[in-house]
Amino acid sequence: MISHAMPSQAPRPHADRGRPAARRAGEAAGRAPVLVVEGLAKSFTLHLKGGTRLPALAPLSFAVGAGECVALDGPSGAGKSSVLKMIYGSYRIDQGSVRLADGDDAAELAGADPRLVLRLRRERMAHVSQFLRVIPRVPALEVVAAPLRQQGADTAEARARAGALLARLNLPERLWGLPPATFSGGEQQRVNVARGFLAAKALLLLDEPTASLDAVNRAVVVDLIRERRRQGCAILGIFHDAETRAAVADRTVNVTGRPRDQTETT
Amino acid sequence: MTGDAPLLLAEGLGKDYGARIGCRAVDLSLHEGEVLAVVGESGSGKSTLLSLLSGAQAPSAGRVSYRRGDGVLADLALMPEAERRLLMRTDFGFVHQRAEDGLRMAVSAGGNVGERLMAAGRRHYGAIRAEAADFLARVEIDPARMDEDPRAFSGGMRQRLQIARNLVSRPRLVFMDEPTSGLDVSVQAKLLDLIRALVEELGLAVVIVTHDLAVARLLADRILVMRAGRVIEAGLCDQVLDDPQAPYTQLLVASVLTP
Amino acid sequence: MSMPALTYNFAYLDEQTKRMIRRAILKAIAIPGYQVPFASREMPMPYGWGTGGVQVTAAILGADDVLKVIDQGADDTTNAVSIRAFFQATAGIATTTRTREASIIQTRHRLPETPLRDGQVVVYQVPIPEPLRFLEPRESETRRLHALEDYGLMHVKLYEDIARHGEIATTYAYPVEVEGRYVMDPSPIPKFDNPKLDRSPALQLFGAGREQRIYAVPPHSRVRSLDFEDHPFRVQRFVAPCALCGAADAYLDEVILDDAGGRMFVCSDTDHCATRREAGHVGEMGSPPLAPRDAPPPPLRRSDGVGGPTAADPLAAPTAEIAPPPTLPSPARGEGGPKAGVARHAEAGLRAPAGRNAP
Repeated sequence: MISHAMPSQAPRPHADRGRPAARRAGEAAGRAPVLVVEGLAKSFTLHLKGGTRLPALAPLSFAVGAGECVALDGPSGAGKSSVLKMIYGSYRIDQGSVRLADGDDAAELAGADPRLVLRLRRERMAHVSQFLRVIPRVPALEVVAAPLRQQGADTAEARARAGALLARLNLPERLWGLPPATFSGGEQQRVNVARGFLAAKALLLLDEPTASLDAVNRAVVVDLIRERRRQGCAILGIFHDAETRAAVADRTVNVTGRPRDQTETT
Repeated sequence: MTGDAPLLLAEGLGKDYGARIGCRAVDLSLHEGEVLAVVGESGSGKSTLLSLLSGAQAPSAGRVSYRRGDGVLADLALMPEAERRLLMRTDFGFVHQRAEDGLRMAVSAGGNVGERLMAAGRRHYGAIRAEAADFLARVEIDPARMDEDPRAFSGGMRQRLQIARNLVSRPRLVFMDEPTSGLDVSVQAKLLDLIRALVEELGLAVVIVTHDLAVARLLADRILVMRAGRVIEAGLCDQVLDDPQAPYTQLLVASVLTP
Repeated sequence: MSMPALTYNFAYLDEQTKRMIRRAILKAIAIPGYQVPFASREMPMPYGWGTGGVQVTAAILGADDVLKVIDQGADDTTNAVSIRAFFQATAGIATTTRTREASIIQTRHRLPETPLRDGQVVVYQVPIPEPLRFLEPRESETRRLHALEDYGLMHVKLYEDIARHGEIATTYAYPVEVEGRYVMDPSPIPKFDNPKLDRSPALQLFGAGREQRIYAVPPHSRVRSLDFEDHPFRVQRFVAPCALCGAADAYLDEVILDDAGGRMFVCSDTDHCATRREAGHVGEMGSPPLAPRDAPPPPLRRSDGVGGPTAADPLAAPTAEIAPPPTLPSPARGEGGPKAGVARHAEAGLRAPAGRNAP
């Protein structure tokens, strides 16, 4: 019922290169995309500044399928982060529609009940924000393990898997028991990435996940993204670094509204 | 977290004190395991709302319903007083801003925690004491001090004792009225960590009244902004704080140094 | 009381007042253990001297009643003597010291050792009728707690006792539950007497004058002392028998004999002690058997002065340790000797075996 609105849904042979057969089969069967964004727009009204209206995003439509990685593009301030935040629910959706596949159905996120958004965050989507914002005084390992535990995983198992992921991201084990507030930017970023990637979700929202990482760790993140894609996860990201973007994204959606979204990568 | 029926439901809730408005036309629902923060300045009606929700005061308009253990949604005001009181000391908890309002200051810490157990008909001293000691340990009070009365305790300890006293009956729903204000910042932080951990561990539904947006962000799933007795904005905690809509909410958020 | 007795209505109170009090009593009987408010009158004696008990007695007294008044078990203490004299003067009724002969027994702090019988009425003087007040000072709230049968608080008090003293240290005014419903303060009787309230064939009335409350335990009512499963209710048990009459199962008072630590333990129930001695029982320090007492009550106005009604407050007594019975000559007891220096021998060393009042 929503597939007709997919500008990006047209099969593109070259985009399928390197994708698992399972995904292609899914698409062939006409499976609905994981995320469908239609006419999404945003402006902020600053009541403290005499009601100034600040446009943040011009109407935007796109979709992301399972196993696909889409990069958001556009100049600074064009609303790339706002798109991710509206999908995740940190910003209110003023106009347009965002639908996230949820079981056999799709959940509408515009005007959604907070409980629905909370459930979808728990079960269906993860957000790696630009800056790690976590509960103070909670050790890094617990921060990372939290999404798994919210899905009902056993504490010990969640910690073990969190530790494995942090190790893979080369975060020294001596830091695991410390709250991330004291970490460097790069260390915080890795905690943030680990937290977003630990639990299996249908949709991953990545806001500059490699911004403050060195080459080695950037490569780890690229690997992680590719792994997730192979597992069928839909990924929507902002990658400032062209090399990373080229390494992970199938295509780019420009948030300024120009349908220049068929840019090929890889 | 389970089922779609709310644990607590308020419809058109209002309270007037003569000509003065306590709160007006409040609708809200709270589900199991959910944490709802009510924020606003002094006199905005937060505490009035809390007293209506917890059944401590009867509303002048609208109603509050609670889903009892048997699944029936019952109007608090229509409940026989005995049943309402039973709820208050079993299913409900209430953490007061001033620990002295929620504790028996002349009764030992163990007696304070054990009271709900005894009210529920428990009559084995040893078992009551063991459970009280267990809950004291959970709120980081040394069980060796369980025979001291709260007058010997610091502000933070009293507040933790008050929490233990409420949680020992395994409530489903806990009301908190500014539980951390009036404490030193470092003590506040510790108490918040404890509350957060207990809420998660016990799967509590919580309505917490606070003027501190940082407390709301730390604990709450959802937030309700009140002004002049009315709810002016409500929604996901991070959405309301990151993308406030109402002028007053924007002012509140802008007034915080690090929300 | 220098005015002629004839000035007064029968038993001092006017008939309307007595009717009011009787209505309160009837309500109290109908709701065992429930505190019924009544319009307590000023009495010609200070509060704390039994104004509540006196009003109840006045309201139920008939011309053919035989009145016994005891204070701390004794017929011959100031309070008992005064009240007996008061009713002799205002009602002209017969009085007695013998439990068996009395139709109405007004008491402060004790129940007679002699089992009560059908048809008798015990009137207790009550200083504080509200057992919950210790932890909840608001009267509005305690009444609500009673109404809702919300008695967790009462156990908090007992819990505190055990936590602080290792056992339920409440030895008097020990709370009871009446007929499975109301929790009641049995007045400051020693808990030793609590089992006697249970299923007593006598009607038990409680009057609190200052607090304006009347409550009752109808004959044969179930009266259960509150306790914990692992700290069951038990009564005091005394190691040594009464030094005068040898009674082993009576509640004893400690009598200080000299400044050198000499003391003796004797029955607090003077009638019980005297009756036993008349029957030939002799304790370790007892004199030869007494000649049977004369039927008329002991002369009035003989034990004035020493020790007010509160002089022998059981609370004030430290837990006494048992010493071997002193070998000093016995004091002349039962002849109006002042009870100065009498202290409750509340917890005499050894505990009673469990289950004396076990449900």
